[in-house]
Amino acid sequence: MQISKVIKASIMALSVITLAACSSTSDDVSASASASTQAGQATTEQGVETGAADRILTPAEERARVREQQQQRYADLRKENVLYFDFDNASIRPEFAEILAAHADYLVRNPSAIVVIEGHTDERGTPEYNIALGERRAKSVVDYLQSLGVNSSQMNMVSYGEEKPVVRQSNERAWSQNRRAVLVY
Amino acid sequence: MKRIILSMVLVMFSLVSGQANAGLEIVITEGTDSARPIAVVPFKWLGTGAAPYNFTEVVSSDLIRSGRFKPVALHELPSRPSTDAEIENYSEWARLGVEAVLVGSVAEFAAGRYEVSYQLIDPLRGQITGGLSEYIKDEGLVSEQDHILDGRTSVVLDSQFRQYAHRISDVVYEALTGERGAFLTRIAYVFVEHGTRLPYQLMVSDYDGENARVLLRSPEPLMSPAWSPDGSKLAYVSFENKTAEIFIQDIYTTEREKLTSFPRINGSPAWSPDGKKMAMVLSKDGAPNVYVMDLASRRLKQITDHWRIDTEPKWTPDGKSLVFTSERGGLPQVYRVDLDSARIRRTTFNGDSNLGGIVTPDGKGLVMVNRDSGYYHIARQDFPTGNFQQLTQTTLDESPSIAPNGSMIIYSTMHNNQQVLALVSMDGRFQARLPSKAGDVKAPAWSPFL
Repeated sequence: MQISKVIKASIMALSVITLAACSSTSDDVSASASASTQAGQATTEQGVETGAADRILTPAEERARVREQQQQRYADLRKENVLYFDFDNASIRPEFAEILAAHADYLVRNPSAIVVIEGHTDERGTPEYNIALGERRAKSVVDYLQSLGVNSSQMNMVSYGEEKPVVRQSNERAWSQNRRAVLVY
Repeated sequence: MKRIILSMVLVMFSLVSGQANAGLEIVITEGTDSARPIAVVPFKWLGTGAAPYNFTEVVSSDLIRSGRFKPVALHELPSRPSTDAEIENYSEWARLGVEAVLVGSVAEFAAGRYEVSYQLIDPLRGQITGGLSEYIKDEGLVSEQDHILDGRTSVVLDSQFRQYAHRISDVVYEALTGERGAFLTRIAYVFVEHGTRLPYQLMVSDYDGENARVLLRSPEPLMSPAWSPDGSKLAYVSFENKTAEIFIQDIYTTEREKLTSFPRINGSPAWSPDGKKMAMVLSKDGAPNVYVMDLASRRLKQITDHWRIDTEPKWTPDGKSLVFTSERGGLPQVYRVDLDSARIRRTTFNGDSNLGGIVTPDGKGLVMVNRDSGYYHIARQDFPTGNFQQLTQTTLDESPSIAPNGSMIIYSTMHNNQQVLALVSMDGRFQARLPSKAGDVKAPAWSPFL
């Protein structure tokens, strides 16, 4: 709870900074605009509105902006740390590729960061078989991250099998939520 | 020998009866036609005031639960004798259709100590001999009360009444079936009390769920309790250090040691019949494989080596083979490996898949979890005929464990979105559910004879 609050707060702070950065890029334009503010007010009274053109960015600036946007998107994606699996299956579903890319990006940029990948199953089958199946799920996440360049020493696996369900019910919906891998930093 | 006695930072121990809150009660879900009628006459209290204990209630419950006997209702009893001598007319008992009549008495012996006497009588034989059979031996006429199948007198502490009642059940069961009774055995299981600080609890209780004791409470999951062959220790898997580790705990002294902590899976411990080795599952080298550890030297021997899942090793009673679950053929099936030759054979072929196999104490059968059309049931397969029988109709059955006399199977199943324990007789005819008060009850393990 506390941690998610902190994360939310830092996201908020980040977006404020980003917004501030946006407005500052147009500062040189608005400098002259502010000089004519009073005039601007006057013009408003006359029913006209002024607009500013986008400043043309240098290629370096453009790359930085794209990167910044991607970082922001990855930061958002990294808030997702649960992947779901099909019954008796450990394949990564395509919809989770981007989430894993985001985590891989973080781990590659932070070589000292360690992630624990938990594998979980639904309640069907025997507990010890499910421990093995849960580990297979954790392993396929590890393999996937490794293929994206993450060092294997940054990843630990633990399988809880069917011992820690998120939904304690015996129906298809509960089972689909319990068959999961969780990335824990 | 590497022996680590762990500090109890996260984990609390308790052997205090007051903390036992996961008592079980038996609910019979399906009766059996093959149960044999028996008369259990309430024991006569020879003192003043109220009787100190109701022995016959415990004995009757035991006999019902075995699936083999059906005590007749008390109001149907023709009289209330307390000894064979008090039975006036054997034929009125024979007419009841009962195979045997249990009579007895309780008298105060000293403070807190009581003399309990009982006799098990065959009314048909009594009817024939009139309570005294005579035959010629060594040129003389010998009289014998061979209609009395068994009879004993003991002095019992009042704190041991329940245990003694189970002892009487064992005597009755063995006298009438020729097999040793398992009413003085225990079960270990895991109880999960959701929403508490230490939800995962390792429990030991009498076989009927009475006298439940907490052996360990943990904030993280506990799994797969397994009894040592002498019944004094349990091996189990604990996640208390956020990873799977195998521990051994003495159930009387609470002494506890960590047996294994290899990277990744440390699971499914199973003691060899001689108590010297532990079969287990480790995935330290990749896929989960079966290993056997020599407990004295802690030396590991890898038994299976396959890139797909191998798990759930269980010893055959002769200690020469293991049965285990493997996915090597696609879906999980039970295989058997001969430990000398390392030869592996698939043993199950029924339904979609079969898991969690255990060999019966006589070595002539395999009990397993059978998956068929998406349902998980307990099933039995006989060696070498291959006869296959589904034993349960409940859903999501798992973790079967067999009573040491081979008469019953305890397993875990779902009831009202809660994991509960259930009993089924080896022929599938008698079934009983053991619901817990609140929480999930799972991973039952039936003790050896104690």
